[in-house]
Amino acid sequence: MRPEEGTLISRAQALAALLELLTDQPVIICNGFPSREAHKIADRPTHFYMIGSMGNAPAIALGVALAKPNKQVITFDGDGNVLMGMGTLATVGALKPKNFIHVVFDNEVYGTTGNQPTISNVVPLEKVAKAAGYVNVERVLDREDLVYEFKDMLKKDGPSMLLIKVNEFAEDAGRVLHEPPDITKRFMKAIE
Amino acid sequence: MIESDAFVQALQDMGGDFFTGVPDSILGGIIAELMVRRLYTPAVREDEAVGMAAGAYMAGKIPAVLMQNSGLGTSLNTLISLNMIYRQPCILIVSWRGQGGKDAPEHLVMGEVMPQFLDTMKIPHRTLTEKTAVEDFKWVAETFMKQRIPVALVITKGVVKGLHP
Repeated sequence: MRPEEGTLISRAQALAALLELLTDQPVIICNGFPSREAHKIADRPTHFYMIGSMGNAPAIALGVALAKPNKQVITFDGDGNVLMGMGTLATVGALKPKNFIHVVFDNEVYGTTGNQPTISNVVPLEKVAKAAGYVNVERVLDREDLVYEFKDMLKKDGPSMLLIKVNEFAEDAGRVLHEPPDITKRFMKAIE
Repeated sequence: MIESDAFVQALQDMGGDFFTGVPDSILGGIIAELMVRRLYTPAVREDEAVGMAAGAYMAGKIPAVLMQNSGLGTSLNTLISLNMIYRQPCILIVSWRGQGGKDAPEHLVMGEVMPQFLDTMKIPHRTLTEKTAVEDFKWVAETFMKQRIPVALVITKGVVKGLHP
């Protein structure tokens, strides 16, 4: 579905809106199209682009958040990713890091492998997060609500989850060109 | 037998300042000591613990992850497609369940193949003994710093004091 054909925005449009509101916060971005698209829209040294270890983005972000309690840490995640590492919602909910914002782009498919369906059409992931102990959770369907809620979450103590329903459209975005060890080094220096 | 507090102190002396993992009975004394020192962040799965350790490393910490050897299976993808390729080291404190074929059935296969498994995954490893403990810890610290990948210190039953003497 092309973005102009549906009522939902694309993940890339959502990413662009979020990145406009961020400056130098550490952002851990899950594998697949989210990393590629974020890299294409705005390549910042504070971005940690994942290429593998699906399901681990919030765990990595949690490690950063616990080690740097004075920095607000963001993770960009997908519905397939959250489902794979769902236990981490419980760990975040139990530890309650105030500086943790979990953004989930929910397109109800595994986009990188050919749009096979996930089960997020029937499992509301933000409600799972709320039940696990996230303090603020919101589900948004358009750009205006996304901007309003994300700005609000940036001002609040977390942990927070912003679930954004997006369409299946994927940008024409190539692989992230930085070598993985360079991504690590650059990110470490940027968040020192 | 090595006392749990001496073991934890050795990890702290080499710079270890972020501890997470999933428990095992062999590691019970170490985890209890870490909790007394308020240093332990419990994880729900070993791959999550390895992910948290990677984040903590990038935020300036020296992380250690405790797990039983079955957790190596659970965390394998994270170890090889995150830590290895991104050069993110952590200290793996792995208990050797099923060593010598004397354990519950679920531990026997991993117990038998674990050293070859770690070799195949190119994870440097060493088995702690009381006699060589000082060198063992030194080797862990040097390998961590030099190779910048996960390094495993394997703990066999009875080497570090557990919860039940």
